[in-house]
Amino acid sequence: MTVSIRTICLAGNPNSGKTTLFNAFTKLRQKVGNYPGVTVEKKTGALALAEDRVVNVIDLPGTYSLSVRSPDEQIARDVLLGRAPDTPKPDMVVCVVDAGNLERNLYLVTQIQDLGLPMILALNMMDEVERQGRRIDVDKLSRHLGIPVVPTVAHQNKGIEELKSLIASGVKAEYRRIWRMAPDLEEEAEHLKNVLVRQEGLEGNEAFVEAVNLLSQAKMNEGRTYKKETVSQINAIQNRLHKMGLRARTAVIEARYDWIKSILKDCVKDKNKKGLGLTERLDAVLTHKLFGWVFFLGIMALMFYMIFTVATIPMDLINQAFDTLGKWVVSALPPGDVRDLIVNGIIAGVGGVVVFLPQILILFFFISLLQDTGYMARAAFIMDRVMSKVGLHGKSFIPLLSSFACAIPGIMSARTIESPKDRLVTILVAPLMSCSARLPVYAIMIAVLMPLAGGWQKAGIMLMMYILGIAGACGMAWFFKLTLLRSQKPIFIMELPPYRLPSWKTVAMHMWERVRLFLKRAGTVILALSIILWALMTYPKHPGVEQGQALKLSYAGQAGTFIEPAIKPLGYDWRVGIGLIGSFAAREVFVSTMSIVFSLGDEAKEETLREAFARAAWPDGRPLFTPLMCLSLMVFYVFALQCLSTVVVVYRETNSWRWPLFQFIYMLILAYLASLIVYQGGKLLGFQ
Amino acid sequence: MSKSKRQTVLLSQMPVGQQGIVQDFVFDDCERLEEMGMTPGETVEVVRYAPLGDPIEIKVRGYFLSLRKQEADRIKVKIL
Repeated sequence: MTVSIRTICLAGNPNSGKTTLFNAFTKLRQKVGNYPGVTVEKKTGALALAEDRVVNVIDLPGTYSLSVRSPDEQIARDVLLGRAPDTPKPDMVVCVVDAGNLERNLYLVTQIQDLGLPMILALNMMDEVERQGRRIDVDKLSRHLGIPVVPTVAHQNKGIEELKSLIASGVKAEYRRIWRMAPDLEEEAEHLKNVLVRQEGLEGNEAFVEAVNLLSQAKMNEGRTYKKETVSQINAIQNRLHKMGLRARTAVIEARYDWIKSILKDCVKDKNKKGLGLTERLDAVLTHKLFGWVFFLGIMALMFYMIFTVATIPMDLINQAFDTLGKWVVSALPPGDVRDLIVNGIIAGVGGVVVFLPQILILFFFISLLQDTGYMARAAFIMDRVMSKVGLHGKSFIPLLSSFACAIPGIMSARTIESPKDRLVTILVAPLMSCSARLPVYAIMIAVLMPLAGGWQKAGIMLMMYILGIAGACGMAWFFKLTLLRSQKPIFIMELPPYRLPSWKTVAMHMWERVRLFLKRAGTVILALSIILWALMTYPKHPGVEQGQALKLSYAGQAGTFIEPAIKPLGYDWRVGIGLIGSFAAREVFVSTMSIVFSLGDEAKEETLREAFARAAWPDGRPLFTPLMCLSLMVFYVFALQCLSTVVVVYRETNSWRWPLFQFIYMLILAYLASLIVYQGGKLLGFQ
Repeated sequence: MSKSKRQTVLLSQMPVGQQGIVQDFVFDDCERLEEMGMTPGETVEVVRYAPLGDPIEIKVRGYFLSLRKQEADRIKVKIL
């Protein structure tokens, strides 16, 4: 019987071209969200089979297996079994495999087949296989597997129509398991399956999968509850296997691979066995002891050059556009609260976020490109040794590096890290990397600190701040891995996929997806928060009072005064307190807030501000901006998480407020302690 | 070479270019490795070491895999 297909799902290994196929199926009709309660990304889309026939497509996370060891695998399994909340059980599975790496790719296929769903195999990257002089007998493969097999080249749209027509006509689910385990194990698995069918009411295929899963584990599956008698029967079977000295887990894996090998022997003809492939030849250079570093550093330098120089052109344009818009509103509306809200709250707030878009775009262009070509895994391979020193993974390197531009894309790119704990640690320490928004603050403080110093001395101080941030990130990563996010020595293994030409469409789609998420999720919340911050700095109103005094009397000013006792040991007064509070919208706001505090208007030149800082004093006449206080303030900016956008993005990426709150607090404590040590320690040593 | 002369070593001790057959894992938590195709009896080849000496790139079942020495230290291999 064929059912009418409403929902299909795409499954497959990482690097099998699954995403490219998903893009070819759904074009721009895609939705990206999260599965409830977990941080796994949920990608769905709509595939138009005919004018009046559209099916849902679920793009499962790329996994090597369905054993439940990672959140990705758990979700893949739950969706396929129809157990995932808010997700319909798929009527059909399209499994995407890399035809050039069939042996390992088919492992997942055997696991999905066991679930008994109607299934089609998309034999992807057939062009590469042909180029390598290999021949795959598609008909034979289809007969062995018992499912339709369609050769595809997803990035050239080849085979897509065939897949669509198969989906439209539907395929029968008449799966019979062909791979076999050792007779003893086979008998126990069958026995357990029957127990599960009889006592737990599981359907046959699901019961078999569950039985194999239970046999593979030494203990009971904690996630599920069974009836008492079932549990005792499971334990009895596990004990029998244990006595026989049978490691069921290994036996099951071997049985699947043995079967795959026997099929491939019959279907694949390798004409060109000798000679190094393109990947091997490229890797001889790109992971070479010397040239590997040259290329790696070159790519990183190019990326940063683009981010810090090329990106400034569109960034200036965006700034100008928002300025012009603000001026236009000023001229179009009568003065008053509404105009002030629109200009200083909404336009300035949104502009402050949108201005980072060019940097984010460039960063994601590079990240998608590196990922799509396969170089990303090599970068992780080269850097792993360095990152492992602080308990992290080679894959944490790119997110941390990206955070020098802006923590937001850095945190978003941490998605490439599979281990949830490593990913979380990376996210937690990423904002310690000095981002570009700290530059204006460092610049003004260095100018006040040593107005007469030369460029090199200033650069030296700046570099020290960057190094301080890196040291903080490494230290905290090490600390988190040791305590809070301690994991039992995880097996670190990573595939080094073949090098491939990038698909520009995939790169563009990836960039678009990230930008859309950034603008939508961060933009909405940040808009709301900038309005709140604006209100705090504007109300209560005191007509007739000049700008600086009005700010002091505002809620933000009151807060600045309120926290003065707490920040006095760091060397700051209430005016700096207002600057710190204002910085939570974005760090660079410090400069304009301070201009307002010192009644210079918010467009003051750097020199004017520097002079105002130099004149500023405590009520008893001591200067406020002493060298020590400038250092203490810079150190505070190195460590504190004064960035609403980051908090919002971390919330989105971790799917809870717990981690962004924790991050905010730990970084605040770190910043406070570090500044305290600098200021008080410096004073003890006799500095000013 | 006769069978008895074949040495069993740890994967981390194999030089670049050396092939061997996976014998056993010295630790229990090796399911991931097995699922990635490193099952007992399968041939593996050391392709290269990373520029800083760790991790190791190996070839197994026709594709390339990177693992740390820490893991390779716990895989027994019979040299081919």
